[in-house]
Amino acid sequence: MTTSHQLSAERITLAYGDRTVIEGLDLAIAPGKVTAIVGANGCGKSTLLRALARLLPPRDGQVILDGKALHLRPSKEIARLLGLLPQRPVAPEGIVVADLVGRGRHPHQKMLARWTARDYEAVAEALAATGVADLADRSVDELSGGQQQRVWIAMALAQETDVLLLDEPTTFLDVAHQIEVLDLLTDLNLTRGTTIVMVLHDLNLAARYADELVAVRDGQVHAIGTPESVITEEIVHEVFGLRSSVINDPLSGKPLVVPSGRHHVL
Amino acid sequence: MSVDSLVAGRTRRSRRRILLTAGIGLSVLAVLVVSLMVGNTFYGPDKVLRVILGQQVPGASFTVGDLRLPRATLGLLAGLCFGIAGVTFQTMLRNPLASPDIIGISTGASAAAVAGIVFFSLSETAVSFVALAAALATAAAIYLLANKRGFAGARLILIGIGVAAMLQSVVIYVLSKADTWDLQTATQWLTGSLNGASWNSVAPLGIACAVLIPIFLLQERNLGLLRLGDDSARALGVRVQPTRVVLVLAAVGLLAFATAATGPIAFVALMSGPITARILGPGASLTLPAGLVGALLVLVADLVGQFAFGNRYPVGVITGVIGAPYLIFLLIRTNRSGGSI
Repeated sequence: MTTSHQLSAERITLAYGDRTVIEGLDLAIAPGKVTAIVGANGCGKSTLLRALARLLPPRDGQVILDGKALHLRPSKEIARLLGLLPQRPVAPEGIVVADLVGRGRHPHQKMLARWTARDYEAVAEALAATGVADLADRSVDELSGGQQQRVWIAMALAQETDVLLLDEPTTFLDVAHQIEVLDLLTDLNLTRGTTIVMVLHDLNLAARYADELVAVRDGQVHAIGTPESVITEEIVHEVFGLRSSVINDPLSGKPLVVPSGRHHVL
Repeated sequence: MSVDSLVAGRTRRSRRRILLTAGIGLSVLAVLVVSLMVGNTFYGPDKVLRVILGQQVPGASFTVGDLRLPRATLGLLAGLCFGIAGVTFQTMLRNPLASPDIIGISTGASAAAVAGIVFFSLSETAVSFVALAAALATAAAIYLLANKRGFAGARLILIGIGVAAMLQSVVIYVLSKADTWDLQTATQWLTGSLNGASWNSVAPLGIACAVLIPIFLLQERNLGLLRLGDDSARALGVRVQPTRVVLVLAAVGLLAFATAATGPIAFVALMSGPITARILGPGASLTLPAGLVGALLVLVADLVGQFAFGNRYPVGVITGVIGAPYLIFLLIRTNRSGGSI
């Protein structure tokens, strides 16, 4: 997988009913990079990701993939280029890991057609890459939260898309599992060149793992660029309304936000 | 994880499903044959077979060919329809209580059918179409009333239960106005019965099955993907809204034609899916097996109703006796776990 697909939003306006969440937003996703979308609760970052994944059609403007508007292309064709892990995916009760991951092959399968050798290979690779191969015959309900999240990522991998969108892939996970999931996504980006776009809650994890940060405020892109350029004390305050000190993370050299609250400050 | 062990795992699971489904199918066939043999006069399998092959057998030709065979066929088809329609609704709404007989769609069909017969003396085919129109209207009404939170959730089920109660009173009102009010008509439209079975009532249902059941088989994979939630299904390339509309229309169609022919046989649509999930394991695709389980329920319940007691009871009384406790069990369980099918 070497081709890098271009995903961008052109002056999109997004709304739920009468409530406009995002108005006239422009954004170009860096191909082959890891992009993290950050922002305060309710700023519209998940809504933006849903629009990029064509789950929410823009009221105005358009989302463009490789020069063509997303809503003009057949859904199954897009599904071969663009994968998505929603915030709360639902596993059918009792489904086995291998079968769930196999659902990721749907965009590559013809109606009523049997599984091809490629289908099996892709599922086997996805299970191996996410480290859940040993769980293949287990029921998804029996797994821990971290394992379930890896299974869902495996399903998106089996889809074999060059672009992968993830809506808060680390929520509900403990800190060790958060790191594990983000390492896994970085592996994917490095080995397969997969373009990764994720909404992340944790600013420091975003700064550490993303090549590019998109800070969203009030339905607008407030700042975009490398973590070093976006994570400044000023921008953190503007985006989150939080006073903080930004220091250098001794392990990664990336910026690290240390919040200054009202208590426990020397 | 090797490809070989993946293939082996998938093959093992699909073989198990096929064997179990075939087992259910054979049980349906066995009960069907038994129901052709027993009655006031017993006919052996040889005679039954000769009648089915179209040969003239004195006595048996009329009893088996004109009385028992239409009745058994009607039971088989109606069970298939209730089972498939029930499990489709339960799967799409991710709730075992979302069966069309609980949320009022069967009652809508039933009310229209009984009104068509009592007030307008419609023919079997006309009644089927009136029932279809009413069932679609009921489904649309419930959808619109519940639409604040989309096509899901407890809200839709609760509204459906209310609508069902209203339509049930329509059925009773119409029955009370009937000139030729008799117990048989009443039981048919209140709990469902195979007593009125004739080839005339089988024909529209048979055609509906032949047209509509293939739609479910074609949409099977999409239905499986809808179980992952709308967002995931869409991300995998499923056209969620059109798929759902097609499945709802087809399910309502099956249900309406079956209800027009037999009345709303109590709880078959509700019970078939969860029973099938218990047998096959819940991860499997359940549509066709649930249809077979529905057919099995109806045929067995009709045999029990006719011959197990001194009196003959309509099939719906028997399924009602099994189904009501099951409904209570389901309510308790759902309340505890919020579980899906």
